[in-house]
This record gives sequence, structure tokens and C-alpha cells, in this order.
Amino acid sequence: MLLQLHEPGQSPAPHESDRGLAVGIDLGTTNSVVAVARDGTAEVLRDADGGGLIPSVVHYSDDGSVIVGTAARERLLDEPDRVVSSIKRLMGRGLEDVKSLAGTLPYTVEPSPEGGMVRLRVAGRVLTPVEISADILRALKARAEEAQGKTVDRAVVTVPAYFDDAARTATKDAARLAGLEVLRLVNEPTAAALAYGLDNASEGLYAVYDLGGGTFDLSILRMEKGVFQVKATGGDAALGGDDIDHAIAEHFLAERAAKVGPHTITAGEAKQALMVARLAKECLSRSQGGDWVMEVDGKPSRHFLDRATLDSLSTPFVERTIAICRAVAEDAGIAVADIHGVVLVGGSTRMPLVRARVAEFFGKPPLADINPDEVVAVGAALQAEALTSGSDTLLLDVTPLSLGIEIMGGIVEKVIPRNTPIPVAMAQEFTTYQDGQTAMSIHVLQGEREMVDQNRSLARFILRGIPPMTAGAGRIRVTFTVDADGLLTVAASEQTTGVEQSVAVKPSYGLTEDEMAHMLRDSLEHARDDMASRLVAEAVVEARRSMLAVASALKADGDLLSDDERKAIDAAMELVERSTHGTDRDAVNAAVEGLEQATKGFAEKRMDRGIRQALAGVSVDRLDDALGGGA
Amino acid sequence: MSVAAASLAVHPCWSCKGPVATRALFCSVCGAVQGPGATDHFSRLGMVPTFEIDRDVLDRQYFGFQRRLHPDRFAAKSPKERMLSQSQATALNEAYETLKDPLKRAAYLLKMLDHAVDLGACGTISDPELLMEQMEKREEIAEAETVAEIATLSAAADAEVLACQCHISAAFNAEDVDEAARLTLRLKYLTKLADDARAKKIRLSRG
Repeated sequence: MLLQLHEPGQSPAPHESDRGLAVGIDLGTTNSVVAVARDGTAEVLRDADGGGLIPSVVHYSDDGSVIVGTAARERLLDEPDRVVSSIKRLMGRGLEDVKSLAGTLPYTVEPSPEGGMVRLRVAGRVLTPVEISADILRALKARAEEAQGKTVDRAVVTVPAYFDDAARTATKDAARLAGLEVLRLVNEPTAAALAYGLDNASEGLYAVYDLGGGTFDLSILRMEKGVFQVKATGGDAALGGDDIDHAIAEHFLAERAAKVGPHTITAGEAKQALMVARLAKECLSRSQGGDWVMEVDGKPSRHFLDRATLDSLSTPFVERTIAICRAVAEDAGIAVADIHGVVLVGGSTRMPLVRARVAEFFGKPPLADINPDEVVAVGAALQAEALTSGSDTLLLDVTPLSLGIEIMGGIVEKVIPRNTPIPVAMAQEFTTYQDGQTAMSIHVLQGEREMVDQNRSLARFILRGIPPMTAGAGRIRVTFTVDADGLLTVAASEQTTGVEQSVAVKPSYGLTEDEMAHMLRDSLEHARDDMASRLVAEAVVEARRSMLAVASALKADGDLLSDDERKAIDAAMELVERSTHGTDRDAVNAAVEGLEQATKGFAEKRMDRGIRQALAGVSVDRLDDALGGGA
Repeated sequence: MSVAAASLAVHPCWSCKGPVATRALFCSVCGAVQGPGATDHFSRLGMVPTFEIDRDVLDRQYFGFQRRLHPDRFAAKSPKERMLSQSQATALNEAYETLKDPLKRAAYLLKMLDHAVDLGACGTISDPELLMEQMEKREEIAEAETVAEIATLSAAADAEVLACQCHISAAFNAEDVDEAARLTLRLKYLTKLADDARAKKIRLSRG
């Protein structure tokens, strides 16, 4: 048997060819894009007409069939109650969150029975934003599979940097539902920087200004020799080009009311008005003015819009983005003059007003040589390749929002401040405030404000089993862990008595494991096979790691074994090798277990030798391994 | 070396089960990533434990370690390896965040020298001289009305912070731990003052 050995920590993923393709996906509010990278060059996967954008619009039929993209968008006017758009705005949102968006959403929102994520009533079905997003992701997966003629089962999916924990979890769940393993959630501005950084080998401080349909993000990164270090990030999860569409539509409707008289408009007419408004906005990025026709109650009306009027309608929203740029720079202690370049991301940055204001604020013309609609997907694809095939590039991202806990008086005590590099784990100790208190309620919040009700509530849970003590004697340690995807886990334990009762929570406004299991069952028939084959793939990865480890050990210390011992290990290895060619997960696990048993005595001999050598002052490890790749 | 010490210096690698040095990041036999282990923030980043550090060197060390240990390097590996890499990256971030901030770095060094300074405590200032000085400076900042006035105060506060850092460095070099501790507490209040002055400068310059 031939086994290749690699530098520690540098080895590429084993047997990469066994796996399906890994793609980069920009799951946008208005449009989505899928791209794939090979040898450091990313390619956006396009339709027959060369279009890279897939409208994030889904049409549901009574017979249960689903259409995604342009064809769905075309039905928006005729069948408004069967078509869903801008679903990204509802990811990880509860009914309370959605109230502020009331009237701006072109569909009926229903509360969930348990007060979790909102549900939508579409074509007689009740769907969660996760399921609808999963339908979009399935379409992207299908496009990639068709274009590449290969199974696509893993992806880097981008999210706005400012997405909170619930929205991130919801995005990951949607991918799972669509049969995609999320290699990493990457922040959109970071992905855009990656797309630029590799092409231009830029160094220094860069700002990424990302104005999409529904979200605004501003990130400041330091680029240096393949390291992308996010210094600060900020934004508004409910600010984007859609707001400008609404302002234009309202302007047209007010004009119309003045001319034709007031009229209550239907949901369908509102959608049409928004489409006309968007068309007008997009045309005015190239021309100075034009006429648009709108139809309400069967009566058409004609409206003129010029660049100056558009600019004055858009100014309040653009100024809000500039205020955020200023705040983020100040927060990071960075002078705007020290920023070397600004990268534009998102379709809304095509607006001349946006470009002019960004150039004015940063004092330099912004970079826009990569299509702003596609740059995020390009970066995501590059990262997907880096994660599966290895790369020297390194993304060091941060938490976008502070995380904390409610303390007495409805005040938030911060546990992890915003702009802390991730992954991170931080703990804080709290105490009991009543004699004999045996339980403590823990309320997890995300946001920058002092008071609980001004921040986003992520989760509530109760730590029970605290031994009764006098007030102030109990020591409750609450640990927040944020992983490289920006996802939070909270654990609490009582310290003084050694009674370590730990509770780990996943934030609310997501879906419970039960709901996910149910949806996975109900989703496409082969979803179950997807799950099963993923579990086999994981077991095989683990089995190959074991074989590689034993092979390395044999190479180093094989002289410790007698011929019979060696034969027994070789036989066990052979069994593992054979099991990895099948699809029986239990067989793989059993073979690995067998190998472990067969090498037990060998491991003991090796440890004895190691300790003897340590006693004799012989280092068992090379110094560079102990120190890592420092200097 | 005693047998006990020898068993502390090596332990079984979780992957190949053979001996691996307790401080090693990767097993030299099978290449598997190891857990972060208990070590101080300076050693973790391969730095000498001194107050004065070269920020460029610190960044280079941090990037170098993250390049090999960050979860992105292990995205396609087994769950156990992914978990260990996350622990390693978390430990590196904690070390970097502590060492890059002069105030946290000073407090951490003092803790290593068994001379803990409580930076979290927002309690009263026990040093009457420091208290008087801080009250006067706060008053000046509160009374500043023009951008020019606050800019002068802010620049002065920043200069004081830098001066205090130099004094701390000198105290550590002279191995005067008590003086270093006193100055670290002073640095805490000076930093807060400088932050407040900067915040007010930003507020006033926005008009």
C-alpha cells in the first residue's frame, strides 16, 4: 500500500477526487450568483444568455412544483400570491422583527406557533424563510451541476457581515436542506476583498462598500502578503437598493394620486409599482431622465423621472451609508485618509450618486473593475477552492456585533465586544442574588446598546441544579464561543461546588433540530440519500486519517514490532482500506475500531520509548514543529 | 529528568497514539494537529515576555501561526481535527488581543509576575495624586467647546498615554514590579481619558 506523506498541517484534503465539486455562492436579497474556482481563477456559472445573476425569486404552484429565477420573477405580477422575493430579509427573523418592515414586504407573513422564525403563506402552503432560501440554493446547485457535469455537494456561502447569529444559522440550515455542506460562511465584504486581493496583490488598508438590494455593509480590511485581516465592520441589515425602489414607487403613486385621485392599491399593484420603480432607477444609472408607465385599477398613468429627482429621493439612504462608513472608521481608530482604496460591491453601487458620494467621502475614486454583482461569488469560489485544495491565503474575520448577557435592571453586560477576531471564546462570571437560589435565567443578547430591549434577543435558557447557597456565593461561569462561521454557542456552569452543570444553547429564531429533521424528510426524495452519503464520507475521512496515522507510526517505530505483531496490524489496515470502498458506514467504523485494537500494544511500546528518550534528553519533536510556522 | 517529568514532556498523540512533545502543534510522526495546551500568551506566539514589543514582529508571528492552525486549513478534515484547530485559533486570538494592547499586555505581564492588577474594577482611585489629576483633566475636557480646544486636549492625552507606556517599560526593565503595577493602573485611567477626549473631538468636529 502506498501512502503519501505531507508536511504537517499542509497536506491537501485526502482523496479530493472522491468528493463532489465545491462552489462559491452569493445568496443575495435580489439576485444570487454561483461560481467555481480552479487553480486560483474563478468563473461565474452563467445561463444560455450569458447572465450570471439568478433572481432570488421563487414561484410555488398548487401541484407543489417550484420555479426559481427569471421565470419566477416574470410571474410576480400575474400571480403575486404564489411568488416570493427578498426572502433574505426574513432569515432568522421573528414576527416582532418583521413588524418594522410591515407594508414593505410583498407577501403575507404568519407567526410561527412557538414564536420562532416567521412563516409565509404562499400558494396555500406555509413555508419558512429557510425552506424558500433552500429552494433558491437548489437552483444554484443545479446550475452548477449542469455546467460542470459533476455533483456539487459543498459550498462557501456568503452572508452580510452584519448578519446576526440567527440569520447566519438560518442560512446554514437552508444550505443543509438543499443538500449542500457549508464549508464556511464568509462575510460578503471579505469575499469581495478576496476577489480583488488575489488579482491585484494589494497591500495596506482597504474599505469594502457593499450596498445590495436589502443590506448595507462596510468593512475595513488590512491586506498583507496573502493575509486578509478584517479590522472593523459595520452596517445595516435593513438598508439597501430596495429602499430606494420604495421611495421612487411612493413618489410615482403620490404623483398619480394628485392627477387621477387616490386609490387603495392591491398587493399585486404594489409589486408592479416596485418593478416600474426599479426599472426607472436602473435606467437612470445610464441616462439622465425618462418616462415610465404604471397601471393601477386598470387605468395607466405616465410618470417622468430625471436624475436630479432620483438623487434627491435617494440621498437620505445614501447619507445613512456614509454615516455608517464614518462610524466604522472612527470605531476602529482609522483615519479615512489612511485607507488606500475602496472596493464597490452590490448592484446598488452602479448608481452615479452612490459612486460620487463614496469617492467624495474616501477622497479617491472607488475600484469597480470586477462586476459588483459578481465579485462576492467570485471571492466565495476562490475561498471554496482554498478550503478544499489548500492555499496560502488567510482570512481573519471579526464579530460584527457585541454579544452579551442581561444583568439586573435590564442592562446588557458585554461578554464579547464587536470587532473581536474569530474564532473566540470568552467567559464571564456571574453570581446568585437570592439565598437558596437553585436556578438562574440566562438571556443572551446581540447589539451595541446599553439596555436589553434595544438589542436583539438571541436566546434565553435556564441553568438549573445550582446547589442552594447564600446570595452572592454561587459562581456561574457563562462561556460564549463564536466559531469561524461567526456562529455562537453559549454554555453555563456552576463553579464553587464542583457541580458542573452545563447548558449549551443554539439561539432562538432559528429552527429546532426536530423542525430541521422534518424538513429534511419532506424535502426532495434524495435528500435522505444525501445525508446518508455525507455520513459515509465523514466516516471514510476519519478512517483514512487513522490509516495515515498508523502508517506514519509504522514508518517511525516499526522496529518495535515482531513479525507477527506487524502482520496483525497490516491485516487490520487492509480491512479498513477495503471498508472505505463500500458505502456501509457501520462497517467503516467497525474496521477503524478493529485497527485501534490491533495497534494498542504498539502504541504502548511507542510511548515507553518516547518517555525513555525524554529521560535521556532526546527531543521527540522537531523544533520547528513545536514553534509552528512563526517567523 | 525524573520519569514523572519525562511523562509530562511527552504525551500520546490523539491520532497515532505515539509520543508527542506536550508543546508541539503537530505530531512529528503522523502530522495530526494537537490541542493548544496550557502556555502563556508570549510563548504561544513565540515572543519573549517583555513589555516592549515590536508590533510588526507580533503581527508576523500571529499571522504565521494562524496560517498553519486556522480552521480554514482544516475545513475538509475530520471533525476532531476541525475542533482542535478551532481551539488553537481561539487561543492564538486571545494571545494576540492581549499582547497587542499595551494596557492588557502590562496587566498580563504583572499577572505572570504574580502581581495582579484588576483592570476590570471600575472602583475609586486610591492614589490621591492620580485622583486629583484625573478630576482636573476631566473637567478640562468637559469644558472644551471648540474643535481646536478639544484637539489640543486630545493630543495632550495621547502624549501622556505614550509617556506612561515608556515609564512602564523602564519599570519592567529595572525589575521594579511595584512601580510597573502603579503605572499600569495609571495607564488605565489615562487611556480612558484619551478615549473620552477623542470621542468628544469626533462629536464636536461633526458639528
